[in-house]
Amino acid sequence: MNSKQTEKTNDEAPIIIIENMHKWYGDFHVLKDINLTVKKGERIVICGPSGSGKSTLIRCINRLEEHQRGKIIVDGIELTNDLKNIEKIRTEVGMVFQHFNLFPHLTILENLTLGPIWVRKTPKREAEETAMYYLEKVRIAEQAQKFPGQLSGGQQQRVAIARSLCMKPNAMLFDEPTSALDPEMVKEVLDVMISLARDGMTMIVVSHEMGFAKSVAHRVLFMDGGEILEQNNPEDFFNNPQHERTQLFLSQILD
Amino acid sequence: MEKSLPKHTAENLRPPLTNIGIIGWMKANLFNGWFNSALTLLVTYMLWLLVPPLISWAFINSSWLPSGDQCQAGGGACWSVVTANIRFIIFGFYPHELQWRPLVAMIILIALLFYSQNRSHWRKSLFYAWTLGLFVMGVLLRGGVLGFRGVESNLWGGLPLTLLLSVFGLTAAYPVGVLLALGRQSKLPIIKSFSVVYIELIRGVPLISLLFMSSVVFPLFLPEGLVINKILRAQIAIILFTAAYIAEVVRGGLQGVGKGQYEAADSLGLNYFQTMRLIILPQALKIVIPPSVSILISAFKDTSLVVIIALYDLLKTTQTTLSDPKWMGYSAEAYIFVALIYFVCCFAMSNYSRRLERELDTSL
Ligand SMILES: Nc1ncnc2c1ncn2[C@@H]1O[C@H](COP(=O)(O)OP(=O)(O)OP(=O)(O)O)[C@@H](O)[C@H]1O
Ligand SMILES: [Mg+2]
Repeated sequence: MNSKQTEKTNDEAPIIIIENMHKWYGDFHVLKDINLTVKKGERIVICGPSGSGKSTLIRCINRLEEHQRGKIIVDGIELTNDLKNIEKIRTEVGMVFQHFNLFPHLTILENLTLGPIWVRKTPKREAEETAMYYLEKVRIAEQAQKFPGQLSGGQQQRVAIARSLCMKPNAMLFDEPTSALDPEMVKEVLDVMISLARDGMTMIVVSHEMGFAKSVAHRVLFMDGGEILEQNNPEDFFNNPQHERTQLFLSQILD
Repeated sequence: MEKSLPKHTAENLRPPLTNIGIIGWMKANLFNGWFNSALTLLVTYMLWLLVPPLISWAFINSSWLPSGDQCQAGGGACWSVVTANIRFIIFGFYPHELQWRPLVAMIILIALLFYSQNRSHWRKSLFYAWTLGLFVMGVLLRGGVLGFRGVESNLWGGLPLTLLLSVFGLTAAYPVGVLLALGRQSKLPIIKSFSVVYIELIRGVPLISLLFMSSVVFPLFLPEGLVINKILRAQIAIILFTAAYIAEVVRGGLQGVGKGQYEAADSLGLNYFQTMRLIILPQALKIVIPPSVSILISAFKDTSLVVIIALYDLLKTTQTTLSDPKWMGYSAEAYIFVALIYFVCCFAMSNYSRRLERELDTSL
């Protein structure tokens, strides 16, 4: 907790700015007037009931979903229909999915080097060195030559995190990274994410892992019905929720 | 005491005799239950009726000498029809004294195909080998340069023609089919509707009518004086036809690749072409190996339809041989021979596809 307060988040440099953003699926208003500013090094956990729009919100940040109104600015670049901008932003923002989404036809090492080689144009040698570095970091280097199908879920998710890190992103998005895992594997993935947090990575994490939120988040957001209903630092958020729906939600998941 | 001990341990027990060896196998596979036993007996009886006469027809009483004199007398198979006409069946009207040239070309082609089987050979050098090989094959078949006598393409025929049409037809049809499948999924309306219309149109007509159009109708639209080689036209018709079927099969494969793969590729910042080439197609094409090979096999056999535009492929040269009064009665033997050639080619394809599937299996 101490480390979290001494750490500086740079106030001058917001890395993600979302202003009055709306999104519809057909007639269905999924995201309503979202405003969110994320500073460099800041770590945000988003929680909320199923269908509240958490995934949709973070998927808008790297344009896996398109918003229809308002503004999203990432790293100083506004998300428009310009493909070049979209690709640029995607290289700056890593994403980790609930179901890992590793490329099953490539080895672990190839999964990690693909992005750097083809998008960043890194020489193969260097990309492989970086990949091995991050595989060490997620403690899975000995599996480099295996295929994703040969790894356990927890191992696959750690590889997926390493794959994102290889692109040297400025921010990372996590969409329920542990909810598809067997309970005994959750910890190994959370440990990796905690060490990432210690390194000062900017993170937006959709998760119901409240222990994780308490120990690393600067801010916890509660979403319901496509709106951000409440946000606060973790202590106040968990100990003193303001909104009655937040209270209801917390009482449900903390049991 | 101690010596008798091992006899009672489990490892030393031998399985009952009937579970192993030939008797065990027969019991498990041929005589498990009265119905299977009856079937086994029935099939054995039929084999006993059929096989001995077949062997005596094909081998014991058969005549092999090219002269074919004993054919009438022998009563067995008259393989002479093949041995006497082998050069015409294989090479068609290609000038007799130059037939070593298509022979060498075929050997080069088969060697290249054989070498390309191994995926570890798929490097740049293989591409150069094919380029060089194609050039040499072209020179050999056509002549007219380097002191080789020119041979007009209307004299090409037989097996080289069949291989030419199918190997190049199929290798060209595959990428065209993949492009059409991608086109059909495109977000750009023009590309999408072009692909849909093309695929549905082509699949709605028989290959024969395409071949016919390519040889009769198509030239009417060409400016006067411009003649496109008949073989090339047939080749194009085969490519366009096969590509439409490949496209539909590949589309199925594309749908089999999960949405998550596109999203993962997108989130790494890969562009459309990189995503397709590196992530989606390798997985989609792997899924569709079995149906693709079915299409390739049937396309290979369909090349025999080029007789309709008077090309002398392998099947047509065989038929021509049989129209000679001397050999008229021996069509069974001649057709068995060409059937064997077709079978070897098709079997090689399906065999290779199974091997490729095994090698590409990464799920384990
Ligand atoms: N492609 C889509 N088309 C139409 N509606 C969609 C689509 N994707 C999501 N939705 C709807 O949008 C709403 C928000 O979905 P979203 O996936 O963002 O929820 P979530 O908060 O992540 O829920 P969960 O905790 O279940 O993952 C849901 O009601 C969902 O049914
Ligand atoms: Mg979700």
